[in-house]
Amino acid sequence: MGQVIELTALTKRYGRTTAVDDLTLTVRPGHVTGFLGPNGAGKSTTLRMILGLTTPTGGTATVDGVRFADRPRGLRYAGALLDAGDVHGGRSARAHLAALARSNGIAGARVEEVLREVGLAAAARRRIGGFSLGMRQRLGIAAALLGDPPVLLFDEPFNGLDPEGVRWVRGLFRRLAGEGRTVFVSSHLMSEMEHCADRLVVIGRGRLIAEQSLADLAARSTRTSVVVRTPDPAGLAAVLTAEGAAVRPEDDGSLAVTGLTAARVGDLAFAHRIPLHELTARTASLEEAFMELTAASVEYLAGEAR
Amino acid sequence: MTAGLLRRPSAPQVPARFRDLLAAEWIKLWSLRSTWGSLALILLSTVGLSVHATLATYADWARWSAEQRALLNPLWDAFPQQAQMFVVLAAGSVGAIAVGGEYATGLLRTTFAAVPARRAVTGAKIIVVAGVMTVLGLLGAATAFGVSQAILSARHAGMSVGEPGALRGILASGLLVPVCALAGMGFAALVRHTAPAIVAAAAALLLLPTAVDEDERWTALLRHAMPVPAWQRLIEISEPPPWITIAHPATISGAWTTYAAWAAISALVTVLAVHRRDP
Repeated sequence: MGQVIELTALTKRYGRTTAVDDLTLTVRPGHVTGFLGPNGAGKSTTLRMILGLTTPTGGTATVDGVRFADRPRGLRYAGALLDAGDVHGGRSARAHLAALARSNGIAGARVEEVLREVGLAAAARRRIGGFSLGMRQRLGIAAALLGDPPVLLFDEPFNGLDPEGVRWVRGLFRRLAGEGRTVFVSSHLMSEMEHCADRLVVIGRGRLIAEQSLADLAARSTRTSVVVRTPDPAGLAAVLTAEGAAVRPEDDGSLAVTGLTAARVGDLAFAHRIPLHELTARTASLEEAFMELTAASVEYLAGEAR
Repeated sequence: MTAGLLRRPSAPQVPARFRDLLAAEWIKLWSLRSTWGSLALILLSTVGLSVHATLATYADWARWSAEQRALLNPLWDAFPQQAQMFVVLAAGSVGAIAVGGEYATGLLRTTFAAVPARRAVTGAKIIVVAGVMTVLGLLGAATAFGVSQAILSARHAGMSVGEPGALRGILASGLLVPVCALAGMGFAALVRHTAPAIVAAAAALLLLPTAVDEDERWTALLRHAMPVPAWQRLIEISEPPPWITIAHPATISGAWTTYAAWAAISALVTVLAVHRRDP
């Protein structure tokens, strides 16, 4: 069976800034767990603490019950792609992987296997400095797979991948989880997680916001709304508000109505002789659910003084 | 799934062997073109500048007075000052790049995620770099000695390796290379950037000795504690001529101690600094 990642009251402070705040959660084997949060939410810091690269200010992070920093060698316990740029551009892909494999007592043949697996066999002799970001991501994934580990961590693995690459990575993650491994994947884009994660951990400003299955999250915040367009928005808004709906004017002049069905909005408009030019029922996407969830904790908001 | 590619989601017990780390650092060192370039440069400059200096003596020999000829230390031509300056700078840079390069590229995070035993990784890197630099230094020094003395022997001014001071000169010139490389690693571990580490190493190894003389007791002590003055002492084979008086002369054993102390302290600083600070 795969192994569990366990965070207990994990905290990291840099001076007066708290990057990760009292985070307690368990990431279980057999699933792809998405690790979501806006930029600066503390995802990368958390992953680095799991791997023992960053020392927590408080709390613990363990993989299979052991702090990672206490393991003499790591690749057989957890494989990770944290930053595709964490390589020396002067080395060939093969030499980079060969040194990593050797340090963990992994046979050289495994290097060729993972190079083929990620589709870099033909570029193995080329220097990494000439690789595109997508190729570096593939190299990082190859390095994570070297030790055939039960736990895999990926930080923003979709960056720089072409659509074919994105599909391949999603398939790989699902397959790894299907083999009983623990797969923990960070992203700041819900759309990337929708098609590969089955569990989600959402954090904002270092704090845990939600920890649930993808289906639960979707159900929890799938608020249907109705978009309606009329030459008399003020009149219609008054009627709908009187019926208990929440009405929000949109930038394009339409009204977003929540709390009433499309049919009810149409009936009310007809009864009050307000002409309608458009009436659309809209289902909130997972993306919107995520935005709603993290709205309060967005670290860097464009166009707004904070 | 590809058959046999991702085999078992459980970690087998594999012993953590230090020689695996040595082998990994060996791969890392030789898989960089810059290693080959800088090592070749060190070797060529050691031998080439030695030949250059020796040929100057060879050509001028006929014009030298008997007194001048008697004072000649054949090791000055084997290990000329300008070659040593070049070697000190290059060796210090190799050390600084070996450690600073991992910080600068971020590779250190990848390395430590694969091997959380930070002290062991750093120790392995120190042993590999210092070992390679020792072999290179001794090879360069022995070659420079052999070639230069062969040229001088045509003027009956050369010395054989069996004569007093010859072997010490070869050892001192050769070992200066790993000592400077270790110092470069130490500076890089402290400042965590390659270029400032090279500047710091050059300043400490080459510039600082020019600022302190042997007139006062404390400045002499400071000077004797520096690798390049120690090397200068170790390649002297006779007492200074009577018209030169040095208030506080350096000793041979003191010079060797300086070598050992710089190597040991640099290695220790590198291991501790890399271990303590998160990459």
